[in-house]
Amino acid sequence: MKINHLSSFDFGASDMDSGIFFETAASRLSAGGRAVAYFALPDGASSRLVMCVAFDREGRLEVYSTLVRRPFRSLTPSFPQLHLFEREIYEQSGLKPEGHPWLKPIRFNTPGSVPGVADYFKVHGVQVHEVAVGPVHAGVIEPGHFRFQCHGEHVFHLEIMLGYQHRGVEKRFIGGPDGRSIHYAETLAGDTSIGHGWAYCGAIEALAGVNPPARAQVLRGLMLELERMANHTGDLGALAGDVAFLPTASFCGRLRGDLLNMSALVCGNRFGRNMLKPGGVNFDLDQELVKELKLRLENTLRDAENAVALLWETGSVIERFEGTGVLVKEAAEGLGIVGPAARASGVGLDTRRNFSCGPYEDFTMSVSGSGDVYSRAYVRWLEIQKSAELVRGWLDALPEGRIEAECGELKPDSAAVSLVEGWRGQICHFAVTGRDGKLRHYKVVDPSFHNWQALAMALRNGEISDFPVCNKSFNLSYCGRDL
Amino acid sequence: MEIVKPISQYLAVMILSPLLPGVINRVKAFFAGRQGPPLLQLYYDLYKLFNKTPVYSRTTTWVFRAGPVAGVAALVTALAVLPFAGRPSFLAFDGDFIFIIYLLGLARFATVLAALDTGSAFEGMGSSREMQFAVFSEPAFFLGLAALARITGHTSLPGMFAALTGDTWRAAAPVLALLTVSFFIVLLAENSRVPADDPNTHLELTMIHEAMALDHSGPDLGYILYGASLKLWLFGSLIGSMLLPHSGSWACDCGLFVLLMLCVAVGVGLVESVMARLRLINVPYMLITAFAFSALALIFQMGRPVKG
Repeated sequence: MKINHLSSFDFGASDMDSGIFFETAASRLSAGGRAVAYFALPDGASSRLVMCVAFDREGRLEVYSTLVRRPFRSLTPSFPQLHLFEREIYEQSGLKPEGHPWLKPIRFNTPGSVPGVADYFKVHGVQVHEVAVGPVHAGVIEPGHFRFQCHGEHVFHLEIMLGYQHRGVEKRFIGGPDGRSIHYAETLAGDTSIGHGWAYCGAIEALAGVNPPARAQVLRGLMLELERMANHTGDLGALAGDVAFLPTASFCGRLRGDLLNMSALVCGNRFGRNMLKPGGVNFDLDQELVKELKLRLENTLRDAENAVALLWETGSVIERFEGTGVLVKEAAEGLGIVGPAARASGVGLDTRRNFSCGPYEDFTMSVSGSGDVYSRAYVRWLEIQKSAELVRGWLDALPEGRIEAECGELKPDSAAVSLVEGWRGQICHFAVTGRDGKLRHYKVVDPSFHNWQALAMALRNGEISDFPVCNKSFNLSYCGRDL
Repeated sequence: MEIVKPISQYLAVMILSPLLPGVINRVKAFFAGRQGPPLLQLYYDLYKLFNKTPVYSRTTTWVFRAGPVAGVAALVTALAVLPFAGRPSFLAFDGDFIFIIYLLGLARFATVLAALDTGSAFEGMGSSREMQFAVFSEPAFFLGLAALARITGHTSLPGMFAALTGDTWRAAAPVLALLTVSFFIVLLAENSRVPADDPNTHLELTMIHEAMALDHSGPDLGYILYGASLKLWLFGSLIGSMLLPHSGSWACDCGLFVLLMLCVAVGVGLVESVMARLRLINVPYMLITAFAFSALALIFQMGRPVKG
């Protein structure tokens, strides 16, 4: 069933016979569709499988669902992009996808399971060895377990086992929305507060049939782009730090702070918490603030240009970035990779363009690359510049009007899909209401959910000492994936 | 009274060497627009570490405990041979440059054995890299010293550097310049500095030297850090002695020499501030360059008539 992004639809109408469901899914995916969500929700005594497929080039979304009671047919062997979705379905609902190559646990949230305790790949042979890293790391980062199957410095495969950060946050949305829901959304991934917050607001507004005023939309865009700039700048600095290139590392660290402070100037929080609410935003800009933001943006961008230019001008840095951690386009497409990582591999997917809404109506930007660390770094720099251009334009011509609209009761028995291009990539929130107009199911797909597999692929046949710089070029979220 | 000067020189080395990493860090901080840690940070760290109780894993044996002590002992001995400001030390003898190379090898061997004793994958990786790079840096260093012996006609280090005066530079500048560059490259690699290694990283997978010290704690870690600063002084003082103009006065030479050592540290800091680290598989190429420089120096020197 074709649906529209950010508008509610009758959930019952997506139902189809289970045979037709799998046939349709297979044919749509082989026609170039990309699964943005695939999950099971309880329906009476059995479960309902729901799949949302996006055709990015046409900006088209389709949703199908079917009732299943028994093990169902796994589509992973034909469509690798579903491998994690099916493992998630198996783990959450107990429904077994028949024919899935390896139903490894992904969050260890079933009774009796212990995070990290599972079967792993094994290598055999003379002088091959495994290096295990984590879940406790040397830096102050989130927990995750990485296993490298190596021969000397050469990596055959990297196996990534996560799940340590599972909080059960999706379940907390059920029965809502209530006063806490927006705050749960803002902390789905701490550095993507605006991205996830907006996706949540979009879903709720669609279900309530509310259109936020233009001024609120632009303010949201402003905050989202500030978030993107801050994170991209920080990551470029961290990339420089990982190859021991000090100047860019130090300056970008400070500039990230400057950009976060701009967010704090608008809403009082460096990560943009409490800025958004269903129906609009909580904070407005006055003339004074607009002027101050413009000034800070110009200063920060000028410094960033100087600091980042050093990266591209220094031979020893380029030598480290080029050809390292290549993710080929076929792999990126096959695994459904999103965000700057996908664009750096030549996949033309940007939610702001493909599923544009609100302030992004005329958004155009196309970038491409060869899929190595250099491309991922350079794409981020291009995106910083584009974001600055957008923010400048919005600050110059801020629409007048109110900053919020009344957001009332949600439509019963409906569903809505909300897509936002967070700085890591496409965020998908899928909300379903019950007969009482309360949330019956809430599904979050963070870009990291897709992209961790890309990191594993990028490391293949690479060097183990290149892992840190490769990892930073993706900079994925642990808690966003573990939820 | 003749013994007073060598002893005081030796004590100066023991006391001053932890200053060098402090200088490097301040230079790096300056280029990064930061204030940086205090110049004397390593002294504070050493004081702190020597007051701590070490923690030992149950899987380790006496080899693990002996490693840091053996390592620092080898370096303390090596520095007793090394000349200071072109003045002889109290342990000099003919052919002592070979003795120094073996002492460095012994220190490396002790560190690597201690690292392997932990059974950790990181330490094993670090040891493997350390040994791999040593295969390239030792010949470069050895050939360099051999060329120096050939130029000066002496086979003891104090003899070589005492004979190295302005006149020698005038006569054999290209050879000596090649050697200085070669020694500097070896210094960077042997002391785990950028571009061979990154002393600041917390990422175990990219470490070389640091990876071998991950499991050491307390005084043992103190020995390792102190040993590292002695090693930096050792390689630095070879460069310092090469470039030192001899004025004739002991006090003046000593002052100049210490100043030159600080300049070497500033040089290391500069290199670390302006370039990224090499890809790990390319580090041997850098060391092969050093080897080529040393070999060229030796070949050039063979072509010149021997002095005297």
